[in-house]
Amino acid sequence: MKNIPPAALIGLFFTGLYFLMALFAPLLAPYGMAEIVGGVWEPSSSQFLLGTDSIGRDLLSRMIYGGRTTIFIATMGTILSFVTGSILGFLAAVSGGWVDQLLSRFVDLLMSIPTLIFALVVLSVMPVTIPVLILVMGLLDSTRVYRLARAVAVDIAVMDFVEAARLRGEKTAWIIFREILPNALSPLVAEMGLRFIFMVLFVSTLSFLGLGVQPPEADWGGIVKENKEGIVYGIPAALLPAFAIATLAISVNLVADWVLNRTTSLKGGRG
Amino acid sequence: MSDPLVKVRGLKIGATVYPPGEKPHDIEIVHGVDFDLQKGKVLGLIGESGAGKSTIGLATMAYGRGGVEITGGEVWVNGRDILKTGLRDVRRLRGSEVTYVSQSAAASFNPAKKIMEQVTEAAIRHNKFNRKEAEARAVELFAKLGLPEPETIGNRYPHQVSGGQLQRCMTALALCPEPDLVVFDEPTTALDVTTQIDVLAAIKEAIRDTGVAALYITHDLAVVAQVSDHIMVLRMGDMVEYGTTDQIINSPQEEYTQALVSVRSIKHIEKDPTPEPVLSVRNITARYPGTHFDVLHDVTVDLHPGQTLAVVGESGSGKSTLARVITGLLPPSDGTIDFAGRTLSAGLGGRSREDLRELQMIYQMADTAMNPRQTVGTIIGRPLEFYFGLRGREKQKRIQELLDEIELGEGFQDRYPAELSGGQKQRVCIARALAAKPKMIICDEVTSALDPLVADGILKLLLDLQKIEDVAYLFITHDLATVRAIADSIAVMYQGKVQRYGSKTEVLSPPFDDYTDLLLSSVPEMKLGWLEEVIAHRKMESAGN
Repeated sequence: MKNIPPAALIGLFFTGLYFLMALFAPLLAPYGMAEIVGGVWEPSSSQFLLGTDSIGRDLLSRMIYGGRTTIFIATMGTILSFVTGSILGFLAAVSGGWVDQLLSRFVDLLMSIPTLIFALVVLSVMPVTIPVLILVMGLLDSTRVYRLARAVAVDIAVMDFVEAARLRGEKTAWIIFREILPNALSPLVAEMGLRFIFMVLFVSTLSFLGLGVQPPEADWGGIVKENKEGIVYGIPAALLPAFAIATLAISVNLVADWVLNRTTSLKGGRG
Repeated sequence: MSDPLVKVRGLKIGATVYPPGEKPHDIEIVHGVDFDLQKGKVLGLIGESGAGKSTIGLATMAYGRGGVEITGGEVWVNGRDILKTGLRDVRRLRGSEVTYVSQSAAASFNPAKKIMEQVTEAAIRHNKFNRKEAEARAVELFAKLGLPEPETIGNRYPHQVSGGQLQRCMTALALCPEPDLVVFDEPTTALDVTTQIDVLAAIKEAIRDTGVAALYITHDLAVVAQVSDHIMVLRMGDMVEYGTTDQIINSPQEEYTQALVSVRSIKHIEKDPTPEPVLSVRNITARYPGTHFDVLHDVTVDLHPGQTLAVVGESGSGKSTLARVITGLLPPSDGTIDFAGRTLSAGLGGRSREDLRELQMIYQMADTAMNPRQTVGTIIGRPLEFYFGLRGREKQKRIQELLDEIELGEGFQDRYPAELSGGQKQRVCIARALAAKPKMIICDEVTSALDPLVADGILKLLLDLQKIEDVAYLFITHDLATVRAIADSIAVMYQGKVQRYGSKTEVLSPPFDDYTDLLLSSVPEMKLGWLEEVIAHRKMESAGN
């Protein structure tokens, strides 16, 4: 772990900061999540570090709790999409033939419908709870991961060592998890950073449209929605979540880049 | 004597290496090499991979490839030190005074442009000729190099000519701007042996007729002996020996050169066939799914226990397809395979674990045959675990036994493939095959990617292991010297058919059929004047032309 480049250090620091904040939200937040503690849109003061929101709740506490919800949903969604997407992608690449055709055409079908509209339709008929949200987002996003995983695995599946494993009589599960997965990790990890951020944006969008996290539960998209009227009066409350998403996106991707660089070359990483 | 065309003094070349788990650092790969090259003469640079021969060749164009840097010394071309004259002058030099012929013409030509455009480009860009003159010269060179339809071949795209023809087009490309020096970097290595000989003859004639000087880089001493006036033997960036071709071939002074000259020292006396073959391939016909022609026609061969059957042929002869059919990766459309007294199922899915265990395979490219993310211990240990259920200490002990058998000692278990040399990698692949205690191993061109001395070591190891383990080898190769060294029986394949089949002495004794004659006569021999002799006595054109 020595010789970490400065960019990766910055990324690690901020990513760690956000995740710790999410983890220990109840300990860090000065006030309760839905507690009304002051006036409407009070400016920042020693009492309310970031001011208060449209109905007088402490914004810092809202941001911390909101980060917890947003990061939790995005993380679980990313994990779900990577597990399903990559396993199915590898399976398609290894099996070939009709398995590949069936899975790939089904994924094409899903991808032909705009993700947001698809999610809006599904969420408007289903009860909007956090597990449902994670499931819908994770499965929709897994189509992208499937594409990448299949493309990477097709290249690996034709290597002689995979043929050697087949000739040995290994089962498909061994070929996927022991022969292909370790060699496909680097592009997948790089993609993971990107997809995590798309998840954050996705859940924020849904919440902004009112179909994501439901009030009074806080989340970054919801905070924008609740405070958007304030922008007209020069109140920056709605911009705070945007700032948080941007810094999180950059720092997560700095980390992903570094991980990618370390693991890219099969002959030993560079940098 | 007049001033030499090229004068290299104390040439040092460095590169940055990226060893796994360590910081990148600089190393020196050529440690001060001197040589002269007179106008119109040919100097052969010979050595194994890593000897620095290509790097030295490119240095005569003041070029370092892929992170390689010229760190010291002088390179005088036409009376000036090109390492000091600056980029403008170097640009004038490249493609005009010095040109380059690379190993893979297929990878060097732009597939989207016609051959003529690419052959004449350098001459036109350097204002040596106008387009018309350049094209006339190209046609003249095409004719000189023995290409068919020299008037119109330039209008074709690179994929419309064969590999041997493309390599000759590349020679035309290099000769077109009337350079003083051509650097030939393994120009025939990627070609089939029967094609190589024509290209070699064409290159030799072109060099003689145009009076150009040449650096001829190769790892094959027998090839360089046919074209060069002087030979320089290199090893690990140092000059080992320098002399006239006659002296190097017939009375080498240094031990290393002697080893290179006498390579393939293995003597193997063929064994008599046993009554019960371990593998019997009967009337196999096969084609790839989605194609409309048979890659194998009615192939019938036997392999006896503890013996070696060599399957010889050029690329496209169907020898690797035969291996795929035997392993079950490509079910044949007709015919049967009997193995160890039972008939094997055509497809891989229908074979028992015992069938799979007893029939192992070793690949040409050891690099891709091993999972780069697994350690040597895991790679060798997996068959032990999979077929015999060995675990823990028992498995470790057996892995070490296998490592000892392939002459790698302690401490290799935890290494990754990237941390092994080419020869060591191939040894680990052999150990993986042996771990299954097979009755038979298919060796698919296992020594083709290795340097001659390393390949020799692998062949010796395979022969020793055959004695200890009593395993049979189906040895697929295009290299007849290898066949002579290890085979008990031989099948010569040509266009999907077995052309000639029998014991080694039978197959290699006259009278020959035309194809076997062509194949046998095309293997370069380490004597002067061999090339002219063979060309004069050929009965059949090679398929690659």
